[in-house]
Amino acid sequence: MDGVIELQFWQMVAAYIFVVILLLIVRARGISREKEILIASIRMTVQLVLVGYILVYLFNNINPLNTIIVIVVMEVFAIHNIYKRTKTKLSKALKKIIAISMLFGTLSSLIYFLLIVINISPWYDPRYFIPIAGMLIGNSMTGISLGVTRLVDGMYSERHLIESALMLGATPKMAAKQIVDNAFDAAILPSINSMVGMGIVFLPGMMTGQILSGISPVTAIEYQIAIMLGILGSVALTVILFVQLGYKTFFNEESQLIIGE
Amino acid sequence: MFSFKEVQYKDILNIKNLTIKKHKVTCLVGQSGSGKTTLLRLLNKLISYDSGEILYHNKPLSGINAVELRRDIVMLPQAPAIFSGSIKDNLLIGLKFSERPLPSDNQLYEVLKLVKLNKELNQDAEKLSGGEKQRVTLGRVILMKPEVLLLDEPSSALDEETEYMIIEALVNYTKENNKTLIMVTHSKKVASQFSDEIIEIKEGMVINGEGV
Repeated sequence: MDGVIELQFWQMVAAYIFVVILLLIVRARGISREKEILIASIRMTVQLVLVGYILVYLFNNINPLNTIIVIVVMEVFAIHNIYKRTKTKLSKALKKIIAISMLFGTLSSLIYFLLIVINISPWYDPRYFIPIAGMLIGNSMTGISLGVTRLVDGMYSERHLIESALMLGATPKMAAKQIVDNAFDAAILPSINSMVGMGIVFLPGMMTGQILSGISPVTAIEYQIAIMLGILGSVALTVILFVQLGYKTFFNEESQLIIGE
Repeated sequence: MFSFKEVQYKDILNIKNLTIKKHKVTCLVGQSGSGKTTLLRLLNKLISYDSGEILYHNKPLSGINAVELRRDIVMLPQAPAIFSGSIKDNLLIGLKFSERPLPSDNQLYEVLKLVKLNKELNQDAEKLSGGEKQRVTLGRVILMKPEVLLLDEPSSALDEETEYMIIEALVNYTKENNKTLIMVTHSKKVASQFSDEIIEIKEGMVINGEGV
């Protein structure tokens, strides 16, 4: 193996020319999406360049505080993103549950993964900690966003059925079970689907990156398997916590449904 | 069985003094929007009053566990609530919710006969007509053998025959088993034919009934 081909300046330019050609085609076909494609490309470039510099700094200044700050920023951004992406209005109590589930679900998976499965040393080594945290937090964020939407929509659209269940002596847990189960399914399915297609339909990004950087495919695959299991665990744990605590915010201590009053 | 003392719920209901008797059929009558359904919902603890007190068997309702109470006092809402699954699933769901032993299929067919629904237990309940769904919900409640039945007037979408049949079946159940039935109706005819007591409500206040 000759190591990695370092991309030269002109090679980067060539990559952009590819997008410019795409833009010309889009314009010629009269599809009015040039602006979005342009903005997304520029935004992606700026964000990645910034992250590149930040990672270089972090890798040169390895200390626990830096790693912790990065994790905190990631979590805050992820939680904020969930609030923003959910189209329905979220109650304060539900927002709190989302934050708790994200923090507890992702952090416990992350700690288990880094310290027990991969066994990194020191524990705050940013080369492992940051990318793996990013993958666990990012996937859990996507999962919980789907779960939140499904749970809130379900509670509203099925409120008559939920209340009818209460009238028949159901506990809030029994009355909300169907909606809780649906929300869990909606949240976890994308992770399961991506596992099923893995290696056949597409080569996952992390593995591709490692292979490109000259690491043996076998090692890359080992990491990929481990990280996929980690993602599944983290998403599942986060979403279970969320749905199990989240439905309770729609009931009061008298087991009454408290929406739309 | 129930006694109301100075019960206030928002600006919807204001009941100074009212008694609802045990083992009787009581009809709540009044115009729509007068607060009849709200009264049923208070008795089922689906909502809580702001002030005053309702006593159930001389115990304040506010001190009774809501879930336990609803296994004793079952409410049938206006629109039939059908859960996804078969007719059997829907008949049994109340018993499952209240964690009680389940009857055999033969007993379930007896109930279907009682509510005049000539269907198989494994048929999809969601595909039934409005009237048939209402019959399933009726069968479900009868299986639960509640002490008190709260019936909100079956929705106007229902044909009169089904509506009459449902009321008659519930009245019979109440009389034969020494239970209590409290139902909301707009029909003076229904009220005078079936009820032992009539309570008339106007703009959230009882204008005619026991204790007024």
